[in-house]
Amino acid sequence: MPTELVQVQGLAKRYGDATVFDGVNFTLTEGEFVCIIGHSGCGKTTILNVLAGLEQASSGHVFMANREVAGPGLERGVVFQGHALMPWLTVRQNIAFAVRSKWPDWSRAQVDAQVVKYVELVGLGAHLDKKPSQLSGGMKQRVGIARAFAIEPRMLLLDEPFGALDALTRGTIQDELLKICAATKQTVFMITHDVDEAILLADRILLMANGPQARIAEIVVNTMPRDRQRATLHHDPQYYPIRNHLVDFLVARSAGLSGGRAPEHPPEVRPGLAPSAEIIPLDPHPHTSRSTA
Amino acid sequence: MQKSLTFRAALLSLLLLGCLLGLWQLATQGTATAAAPAAAMTPEQIEYAKLMGKPVDAAPATTKSGFPTPAQMGATIGRQLADPFYDRGPNDKGLGLQLAYSLGRVGLGYLLAALVAIPLGFVIGMSPLIYRALDPFIQVLKPISPLAWMPLALYTIKDSAASGIFVIFICSLWPMLINTAFGVAGVRREWLNVARTLEVGPVRRAFEVILPAAAPTILTGMRISMGIAWLVIVAAEMLVGGTGIGYFVWNEWNNLSLPNVLMAILVIGVVGMLLDLAFARCQKWVTYAD
Repeated sequence: MPTELVQVQGLAKRYGDATVFDGVNFTLTEGEFVCIIGHSGCGKTTILNVLAGLEQASSGHVFMANREVAGPGLERGVVFQGHALMPWLTVRQNIAFAVRSKWPDWSRAQVDAQVVKYVELVGLGAHLDKKPSQLSGGMKQRVGIARAFAIEPRMLLLDEPFGALDALTRGTIQDELLKICAATKQTVFMITHDVDEAILLADRILLMANGPQARIAEIVVNTMPRDRQRATLHHDPQYYPIRNHLVDFLVARSAGLSGGRAPEHPPEVRPGLAPSAEIIPLDPHPHTSRSTA
Repeated sequence: MQKSLTFRAALLSLLLLGCLLGLWQLATQGTATAAAPAAAMTPEQIEYAKLMGKPVDAAPATTKSGFPTPAQMGATIGRQLADPFYDRGPNDKGLGLQLAYSLGRVGLGYLLAALVAIPLGFVIGMSPLIYRALDPFIQVLKPISPLAWMPLALYTIKDSAASGIFVIFICSLWPMLINTAFGVAGVRREWLNVARTLEVGPVRRAFEVILPAAAPTILTGMRISMGIAWLVIVAAEMLVGGTGIGYFVWNEWNNLSLPNVLMAILVIGVVGMLLDLAFARCQKWVTYAD
């Protein structure tokens, strides 16, 4: 029986009279990969920062393993949007900095072994002693991911980690992330703008309505098998129903749910298992027009 | 291509130096020959020259211009470099010895300033409250010429050597303080957030995150401070007297030995350049490519 690792209850953020979001409730199960999607300005990053303990919510609570999250901690690893590597340190030193923070009593050899293990996990073994400025954007982000994994946190928080990368690099790192998560059974909470990325990576997708007073409007359960791969993903019959559901939400429904019109306790939906009648046809032209031609 | 550019630049520099020396030679030669011979003198001037015990009919070569020719200058440089550390009483010390006094003063004053400015700059940079509270003081104290402190220093410290060091201290303080505060305040939020999520303690955060992040800015401040300190030491030693390269310049002016004054000017320039180069090297060492 999977246990609830994180509980978010009635979270809200207000700046003066302006309410960015309120009534945000969700839970994260141990070992689960959850993505949150929503338009800019709905407060996704704030929610992640509150989970990380870097920001304070105006009201509401976050519990992790039945303890209230009051500040940043080593049991939560964060991958920042702009990799946030320290440019004066090499890859090895950057990750060693994190490893030494978690295990201050470790010997130099132990730290180094841990560093090498995680750098190789993201495939950068050959670049251990390079400075971040000598690496490409994708490599830097991989170092950021390795740094977060190296402290073996109970939960990993990723703030749009691939936002600044080109599509090819993004795909490679997504595969890597998927592989590592499957191997480590890591609990992950990730912000993304990319619908396909969410379908590939997430077990559940939190759909956030637009601000002001944004809320999580719906939770989409990804019913596709967990060993999905980027190359074959779009051949799965469930893929397009899920994808269309997400795109419909972002394009059409999310705006109508702003201003607190979304429910405080979002329903879970499984568009992948919906009857085929609900599936929007992929072919924009009706069959009849083809047959007459 | 790059190499040929360096080569051509060096060639041009040498050419300019040659032109400069040539002009100098011409200018000083001109005054030497123009030194009035007895025939051009009025009777009153001859009378005056006789009264002063000067030979009237001597060859023009003996009536020298005070300004040395390049050849005379070369001889002086050779003589000074041959024995830079002699000590023949308070008014006759070698240039090297005087330089050592000045460097010692600058070093001590500068070190004291660094010991105060860098930790204080850290505090100011990290606390917006202290920054705002101290800002008016810094803004008022910063533009004061360090030499204006001299009377106050002499009165309170009652020791001229220590007053010189104090003046160096006060002039080195501000650029280091302001740049340290600026560098520390400008450390990127994301690096601090990384440290926070890793539960890094305040000491480790200061030394392993903030210090390396702010080091290039701090070192720029240190470099500016050193430049100012080296400018100020000459003036301070002229006022205080006793020892040092500034005192040497003033003393040789009183001796009307322009070759020695020129020599000292040259040495001040070269030492200043070397100090700046040393800091530039350090700066390169702590600078990181982002």
